[in-house]
Amino acid sequence: MTAGEARRAAERAARQSYGKLVAILSARTRDVAAAEDALADAFRSALQTWPERGVPDRPEAWLITAARRSLGHVARHARVVDAGQAMLEMLAHDDEMVEIPDQRLALLFICAHPAIDRAVQAPLMLQTVLGLDAQRIAACFLTSPAAMGQRLVRAKAKIRDAGIAFAVPDRDALPARLDAVLSAIYAAYGTGWEDVHDAEPRGKGLAEEALWLARVVVGLLPASAEARGLLALMLHCEARRPARRDGEGCFVPLDRQDPSRWRADMIAEAEAILASAGRMGRPGRFQIEAAIQSVHAARARTGATNWPALVALYDHLAELAPAVGVLVARAAATAAAGDPAAAIVQLDGIGDRRYQPWWAARARALTLLGRHPEAAEAFATAAGLTEDAAVRAYLLAQISVSPPA
Amino acid sequence: MEYMLIFREDQSNFGNRRNAGGENAEWDRDPARWDAWMAYIGALRGSGVMRSGNGLQPPHTATVVRVRDGAREVQDGPYADTKEQLGGYFIIDVPDLDQALEWAARSPAAVDGSVEVRPVMPPFGHG
Repeated sequence: MTAGEARRAAERAARQSYGKLVAILSARTRDVAAAEDALADAFRSALQTWPERGVPDRPEAWLITAARRSLGHVARHARVVDAGQAMLEMLAHDDEMVEIPDQRLALLFICAHPAIDRAVQAPLMLQTVLGLDAQRIAACFLTSPAAMGQRLVRAKAKIRDAGIAFAVPDRDALPARLDAVLSAIYAAYGTGWEDVHDAEPRGKGLAEEALWLARVVVGLLPASAEARGLLALMLHCEARRPARRDGEGCFVPLDRQDPSRWRADMIAEAEAILASAGRMGRPGRFQIEAAIQSVHAARARTGATNWPALVALYDHLAELAPAVGVLVARAAATAAAGDPAAAIVQLDGIGDRRYQPWWAARARALTLLGRHPEAAEAFATAAGLTEDAAVRAYLLAQISVSPPA
Repeated sequence: MEYMLIFREDQSNFGNRRNAGGENAEWDRDPARWDAWMAYIGALRGSGVMRSGNGLQPPHTATVVRVRDGAREVQDGPYADTKEQLGGYFIIDVPDLDQALEWAARSPAAVDGSVEVRPVMPPFGHG
């Protein structure tokens, strides 16, 4: 076997097993950082050993044994009496382990525990379950690698020292705790905290990783309708990625996108997952958001957008989750459904005037009302508030197409 | 695991607190609150998680000491301008943070003040 083959085998094992291995290595001690270090050692020795002796029959078991040796080694040197004891105990009955239990779900719940700073929950999941490094995560969350690394270290120290249980919450606590897990995954998908609701992530960012995490949760908690709702929602958004920019890289808003450029396979998968969630009879915020995206996707078949259906779904969503993003999107749908005056009233009732989509929605409603000078001002403000050059160009172009006052 | 529950209460609640002076007690002006604390402490004791703890006399009884450059500075009371003041603490022994948070949430202070939950350091020589 060549070094290249061994590297690929190790990479495959890392991709599929990283979170499982971290979970099992840290379950007893809750020391996620130590588990990650030991696993890094194990992957290093795999790259040395596998080219010579071939990939073992059970690579996960091999890696976990190697990682535990490394953990035991560190524990002895640090003379950490309690941890060392636990480690020796684990080593004693571990080599025969045939099936590696999957404790990733408990790991996800630890990462999204309310005692962990909310802003670090998604990065923590991406690191501990998927093995992403701080540099990669930092780039997607618009912060410096050093600052992100520090926040991750602090969160792991809290998990280790504060006694957060390494367990899946019981039935009573599950819905609220699961919502935190799903919200963190959705945040990882959006990677911009503010703009998540627009479901138009700026770059490719962490979309693939977030989809992977959502699939893990659906696989581990098949009875959760909301986990399926989140997966369907992200698949719908992802299906539109190819249509979001035109040939020159310019931003194309959803209602101007060419549906033939949407990914039909992803839409079909999203629809099937959303239908399976719907059959469970437990609606929730992510299922409604997925249903909203489903209405948009239907334009590929029908050629038109059913705006009244969207207004009804947004009304429902606004009751469950009256976030600014939801309220602004509802107003935008209301305007598009033919009632721009009502949309303006709704927008006037929302406080935050620094929120870019508020100005964009207002500009469109004003245009529909024929109030062009005010619309031009709103378009200009919206353009000034966006960070995305393509979006800015699109909004500024709207001013010049408006008839002069 | 041992956790300290640190209760911070609104200034106004201290005025209503029974002066824990035994026979010389100034009678409680808010019996409902007193009863709530007694019920809470009873529940902690009954479930076997209580290790130790105390309520504290009001903040105006506090004196703060610092030694700076070898000189002793003694000052009346803690941060007088803070709305919430340390009212007492308990040490409880429960399996994990979630259960400590459960107990914290049950305390009368959680409703109008706040409760800080902190793991107690392991005894020296075991860390």
